[in-house]
Amino acid sequence: MPSHVEESRHGYSQTAIAMHAEGQQHPIRIYLIVWFWLFVLSACSYLVDYFGFVGLLRWTLIVVFMLLKAGLIVAVFMHMVWERLALAYAILLPPIAVLVFVAIMAIESDYTFFTRTVFSGG
Amino acid sequence: MAETTLNGFGAKAARESGLRGVAADWASDQRAFKSASWGKAMMWIFLLSDTFIFSCFLLGYMTVRMSTVEPWPNTSEVFALHIGETNFPLLLIAIMTFVLISSSGTMALAVNYAYRRNRAVTIVFLLCTAVLGATFVGMQAFEWTKLITEGVRPWSNPWGAPQFGATFFMITGFHGTHVTFGVIFLLIVAYKVWRGHYDRGERGFFTSRRGDYEHVEIMGLYWHFVDLVWVFIFAFFYLW
Repeated sequence: MPSHVEESRHGYSQTAIAMHAEGQQHPIRIYLIVWFWLFVLSACSYLVDYFGFVGLLRWTLIVVFMLLKAGLIVAVFMHMVWERLALAYAILLPPIAVLVFVAIMAIESDYTFFTRTVFSGG
Repeated sequence: MAETTLNGFGAKAARESGLRGVAADWASDQRAFKSASWGKAMMWIFLLSDTFIFSCFLLGYMTVRMSTVEPWPNTSEVFALHIGETNFPLLLIAIMTFVLISSSGTMALAVNYAYRRNRAVTIVFLLCTAVLGATFVGMQAFEWTKLITEGVRPWSNPWGAPQFGATFFMITGFHGTHVTFGVIFLLIVAYKVWRGHYDRGERGFFTSRRGDYEHVEIMGLYWHFVDLVWVFIFAFFYLW
């Protein structure tokens, strides 16, 4: 973002800096805040196990903390929020196909489990 | 020829945003990724393919875990650490998670200082990242050794469903390999920053393209991805 471009303090030519106006330069503060939250969210994930939550509460908390962490890493550390939407869609939409695959395999493994229980005396 | 600059820094014309921007960028006879250089776009596409690889591993794990009739080993106990008299559930994995997140933070700072042309600080942060990555791999080696001595094999283990070992070695092994290669490339990038290759635009050994400080950011994309994959492995394999 042009608004984030900072002055060169190391005597390099301004043209070299200007060339990178579209490069990813952002205030360090943003990274430190995200870093802090990644630590907090990881600690929360660990506490889910430490306190021994079970069932739906456990799975919900795990997935929520996981998605928040993944979102922060992709958006800020990997600079996706500052990229053009064309790139973001090209990279972030295809993995949705994986969710379809998950649904198919969940049905399949339920069926496998069923046949094993009924016919193999599992 | 703003459309054809390969590093993406020449294209400055005002562009439409939002969905109209997507349609305009993807329209024919031009490069689609205006804000990303060739190298960065290729890294993203590689990471997308890697996403599918790790997704398939985790899917395979889900499938065998859902379909097995034997109980799944309790990861909270399997990966516990005994320190003194107390038993800390999953402690080793928690430390590994913090090590990898710390390395992601130092990597982000390395990228930032690289764009500021501050070579000394960039090198320090790149080396910090490499050391943390190597620490992670070392802890993983310790974890593997511990489990193997306890009798875990890809085909059996003392605690329950035999598929546990197969998925454990496959998933963490592939991830550890990614971290290892990341450490090697971090050292290469640190060397290039140190020798000023990116200031002089020297050609790289891999693609023969001119070096640029953007390479540090592209290296960072790979490294953050490795951390990202661990987020999912931690959630689905260790915590679930």
